[in-house]
Amino acid sequence: MAEGAAPIPVDKDKFKLGFIGAGNMAASIATGLVKLGILPHSRIFTAHRNPESRVAFTSLGIKVFQHNHEVVGECDVIVFSVKPQILQDVILELGPLLSQDKLLVSVAVAPKLKVLQKWVGHARLIRVFPSTACAVGEAAIAMHLGEDATEEDGELIANLFGAVGKVWKLEEKLSDAAGIIGGAGPAFVYIAIEAMADGGVAAGLPRDIALGFAAQAFYGAAAMVMKTGKHPGELKDKVASPGGTTIAGIHELEKGAFRATMMNAVVASTRRCHEMSQ
Amino acid sequence: MELFTIPTDTYKLGFIGAGKMAESIARGVVQSGVLPASRIRTYHTNPVRRKVFESFGVEVLHRNEDVVEESDVVIFSVKPQVVKGVVMQLKPLLSKKKLLVSVAAGIKLKDLQEWAGNSRFIRVMPNTPAAVGEAATVMSLGASATEEDGDLIAKLFGSVGKIWKADDKLFDAITGLSGSGPAYIYLAIEALADGGVAAGLPRDLALGLASQTVLGAASMASKTGKHPGQLKDDVTSPGGTTIAGVHELEKSGFRGILMNAVVAAAKRSRELSQ
Repeated sequence: MAEGAAPIPVDKDKFKLGFIGAGNMAASIATGLVKLGILPHSRIFTAHRNPESRVAFTSLGIKVFQHNHEVVGECDVIVFSVKPQILQDVILELGPLLSQDKLLVSVAVAPKLKVLQKWVGHARLIRVFPSTACAVGEAAIAMHLGEDATEEDGELIANLFGAVGKVWKLEEKLSDAAGIIGGAGPAFVYIAIEAMADGGVAAGLPRDIALGFAAQAFYGAAAMVMKTGKHPGELKDKVASPGGTTIAGIHELEKGAFRATMMNAVVASTRRCHEMSQ
Repeated sequence: MELFTIPTDTYKLGFIGAGKMAESIARGVVQSGVLPASRIRTYHTNPVRRKVFESFGVEVLHRNEDVVEESDVVIFSVKPQVVKGVVMQLKPLLSKKKLLVSVAAGIKLKDLQEWAGNSRFIRVMPNTPAAVGEAATVMSLGASATEEDGDLIAKLFGSVGKIWKADDKLFDAITGLSGSGPAYIYLAIEALADGGVAAGLPRDLALGLASQTVLGAASMASKTGKHPGQLKDDVTSPGGTTIAGVHELEKSGFRGILMNAVVAAAKRSRELSQ
């Protein structure tokens, strides 16, 4: 770690945000930030060699460079949104450009801070676990700070990501599981929504109506849990009247060990996350 | 039509059928002070059963007819197969001044009222833990049973456990749950004990712990008024032992299996009552 002066604070009104890795995650975050008016497109940058892949960003008015080092040169806050498998190479290639003057953010599920610090050469890092739901401002996001990330750095990132979802500051050891639920969880829910829609079609509904109802049912249920603060078991009890339609459906879910399947999915994803961090 | 209120301080209670359920209720009632034994009557051909009741102060008479005549509240506690015959035989004595009660499983209120020619009937479904004062009991009131009649029966059966009121048409489901339920829990207790033994505990310790754990959990659910899901949350710490065990139960579809048991027993109850 460099001796001497504390890291230069990021100017929260003027900072420029750069994405290293112009993929789905970066696009989701950028879309949310621009569409919700959090950050103007003029202050967001990324790089991609392939012109076709730039559309997700250029359509928002975001400048897409050819090379990663141009992004780092232009920006104050750098988000690494490449796949974990290539992250090390990308970081090492950028080398000394990643000075402590820049606030670095990794949204990769792996590796852990200790390893990132080794690659980067300093600890002004923040790990964030977002999800593609950032695109609609509804992600569940976990974050934790590296040793040299200041409190202001933390606040800036919490506010930035807080604009596209809900942010929890957690210790690193909790971030894996939380990040998995926030990051992979939506995929489990997409499957459930599709299955519910299939059920609707099986019961005679046109697909678009079935899907619309399924998605809204999930949305409403999630809102009930978050807004009423009631235990989900209690909410379930309130809608399952004696010998009624809801309890008949619930019985099928229990017969199918639905709860265990969901538990297994989270546990398996978290375990995989651990494996990838080794 | 005038109804005679049963005098709560002086009424006499008679059991037609002096078996295990009658004994549990009679003992509970006496022990809790709801009724002195001197106000309880019964009859049984078998001298062994007669001795049992006499041993705690109940007067044993010579025929069921006498029991009915001397009682204001008559509980039919014979086996379901013989209820109809017994009620019809006693019909001439079953005046509207008397409050009639049946604890026979699977016998509908409307049938009881028809056989007795008297709709001042209350159907009561207790369960076997009445023997230790922890019954889960439900009653349904017949057409002419008054609210005071209901309160009187609630007090009687409150001495052997907890009692609720419900519509007669729910009794098959009630049978499936509280009627048969103790058996499901006996299975669970034994299995928990087996698990304890598998984990290295001596049998008697495992069994003692298993029973007390189930008792304790049931008490928590009963007394705290918290949702069982909340109680489960309260004891499952992150990455801990309890959640690991819970996960196994969920994998096996434990919840669905218990639901299936109650539904199957309720269905069987319906079949048997046709």
